[in-house]
Amino acid sequence: MDREEFRRHYVDWQRGRISRRQFMQVTGLGLAAAVIAACAPSTGASSSAAAPSASAAGPSAAGSATPLASAAGIDPMSDWTPPKGVELGTELVITTWPNYHDPKTIQQFTDLTGVKVELNPLGSNEEMLAKLLIGNTGWDVLVPTNYTFETYGSKKLVEQLDVAKLPRLTAADLARYDQHLLAPAYYPKGSTALFGFNKDWGTTGYTVNTKHVTKPMATWKDFFDLAQTDYSGKVTIHDYQLTSIGNALVYNGYSFNSVDEAELAKAEEVLLAVKKHLFAITSDYQPAMKAGDAWIAMTWTNDAVQLHRAFPEIEYIIGSDGGEIWSDFFAVVTGTGHRDAAYAFLDFMATPKVGAKDAEFHGAPLVDSLMVDLLPTSVTSNKITYPDKAALTKLEFGTAELLTNKARADLWARFKAA
Amino acid sequence: MTAGGSAGDRVDTTGRADAATGGWRSRVATILLLGPTSAWYVLLLLAPLVILVAFSFGARAPEGGYAPAFQLDNYLELPTRITAFTNTLWMAVAGTVLCLIVGYPLAYYLATRAGSKRTILVVLVVVPFWTSFLIRTYAWLTILGNNGIPALLDRVGVRDVVLLNTTPAVMLGIVYNYLPLMVFPLYVSLERLDKRLLEASKDLGAGRLATFRQVTLPLSAPGLLSGILLVFIPIMGEYIIPALLGGGKVFFIGNALVDLFLQSRDWPLGSAASIVLIIVTLVAVSLYLWLGSRGQVRREISIL
Repeated sequence: MDREEFRRHYVDWQRGRISRRQFMQVTGLGLAAAVIAACAPSTGASSSAAAPSASAAGPSAAGSATPLASAAGIDPMSDWTPPKGVELGTELVITTWPNYHDPKTIQQFTDLTGVKVELNPLGSNEEMLAKLLIGNTGWDVLVPTNYTFETYGSKKLVEQLDVAKLPRLTAADLARYDQHLLAPAYYPKGSTALFGFNKDWGTTGYTVNTKHVTKPMATWKDFFDLAQTDYSGKVTIHDYQLTSIGNALVYNGYSFNSVDEAELAKAEEVLLAVKKHLFAITSDYQPAMKAGDAWIAMTWTNDAVQLHRAFPEIEYIIGSDGGEIWSDFFAVVTGTGHRDAAYAFLDFMATPKVGAKDAEFHGAPLVDSLMVDLLPTSVTSNKITYPDKAALTKLEFGTAELLTNKARADLWARFKAA
Repeated sequence: MTAGGSAGDRVDTTGRADAATGGWRSRVATILLLGPTSAWYVLLLLAPLVILVAFSFGARAPEGGYAPAFQLDNYLELPTRITAFTNTLWMAVAGTVLCLIVGYPLAYYLATRAGSKRTILVVLVVVPFWTSFLIRTYAWLTILGNNGIPALLDRVGVRDVVLLNTTPAVMLGIVYNYLPLMVFPLYVSLERLDKRLLEASKDLGAGRLATFRQVTLPLSAPGLLSGILLVFIPIMGEYIIPALLGGGKVFFIGNALVDLFLQSRDWPLGSAASIVLIIVTLVAVSLYLWLGSRGQVRREISIL
């Protein structure tokens, strides 16, 4: 607890305003309760809703903490401690996405290690790649998305994980991960060379402010049609070729991942037609949705959770006609100047308690079943975070070629400049 | 480039002057003093420009970036981006004209009518410059956004006003940010204006309008010329204002360049667009200066 937090609690207490949750937190009872809850088999059932491919993460994993202790002998449920005898330095730069990390998690890492973390949020994987290609980024840790590993691996932009430096990520630990979501981090595809491990996964749908949007909406067809009619001027799309072009392709009934010339031409038509009706083309749409400038926004899961948390009337819709499912990873930049600190951070984030706490803030669903079991029911029962499996069947993972595909890059640049 | 050239010229003239007085020491001193400037221009202006020209004939590498090649494809591709160019040009012209319309009366008032309030008013024009350009532009996001002016209008019964992410919003941001650059050269010119000339004009029977047109305006022309240049050139390369207040829809060539380098990673096309932007700006400015010189107007050297 820092000074500011203490002061807040103190004032709350003075005014007789203290919640059960706060009380538990402050007294440490909350933590105890969480541990007990994690160990009690009955509460573990909530995890079944978690993973899109249930094969890897069954509720059985939830049972008890000890049997899953990894080969290195670390109890996965124990608190993370910094590696002994390793000089971690004082700095770490994490290049990631906006609103994606609980500041408290970052602070906890700094408190434990003395390493000051700088978060550097970018707008797209394409921007991340562009800067990596230029080189000398000064970045240490990345949070790239599934479709980038083909390029990052072949160009050696991120390094193959040195698992010896990640005691919290043994084979036994990785076995808990949903393999379907972990798979993209192996390069070459299908090999056992691991280049990252999951931070979380999610979907790309759209948020709707139900106060203003009364027409029923379910598909990307609805999204692009109503954007040009009833809700003209109130809609935002991502400033991101992958999702904006992808969903315009879905509108036409094509694959989210299409690179077919004729199909892309159709998608471009849709985008150009909708452009003058948009409120904005931006990947930072939370302010516009919160202020009421926008009523409908192309949205990622974590932003949807955060928006819904702040404004319950903002609902999230996953296109029933298709769209994207994604998973994001922690990876280490090749040639990082703070390699030990980078690995320490990854190891820290692989700790179930840490990952679970962080997820309560960012709202994206988790991949490690043990982490999922630690989440409060309010999170696991949240349909935005853990949608019904049926909602995910039509979604596609972005394919590797989309990161570098020239036709899509050109289309996006033309659309923006039109 | 011109700056580099003139720096070189200056070395020569001073060199000759020194030779006359026979001081090789001062010659060394001159070279040493001009060294940093020359290095600056060569390394940070000339060299990047050469790289830019070379890249503009190259090809996009498969994963993005630059691959060596010699082709004109990038320049041939540019017509597809014509909207960004025309948009930038007309917005730059309109923005400059608006700055002039707003700035001239202000400068005139400050220079001739403000009296004892002058100092405080001049300071008020400068004060916003003490905060970051970015922060001042961000502030407009709140003012123009749904909870800002539209909410106020809503209260008096004017509904569904959208200000943010429109062309007028970008124009407002431009005028707001560039106005002082127009006001100051004008102010300097007008302040120096000999008031007796105005009296003389009046005595000779000229009306107010005629005095303004035939005396004030021509005499403030140097400031006018500088102000217009100071405002026009940066607007041509503007990126932040349209990015923040245009919502990615009001698009300048600067925004297109950022996209080309950071999103589609098409460096050659981006380089070609940059070169053409430089040429367009150069042509526009030269044309403007030529027109100015035909009108026998001398630039306000003290400012530009």
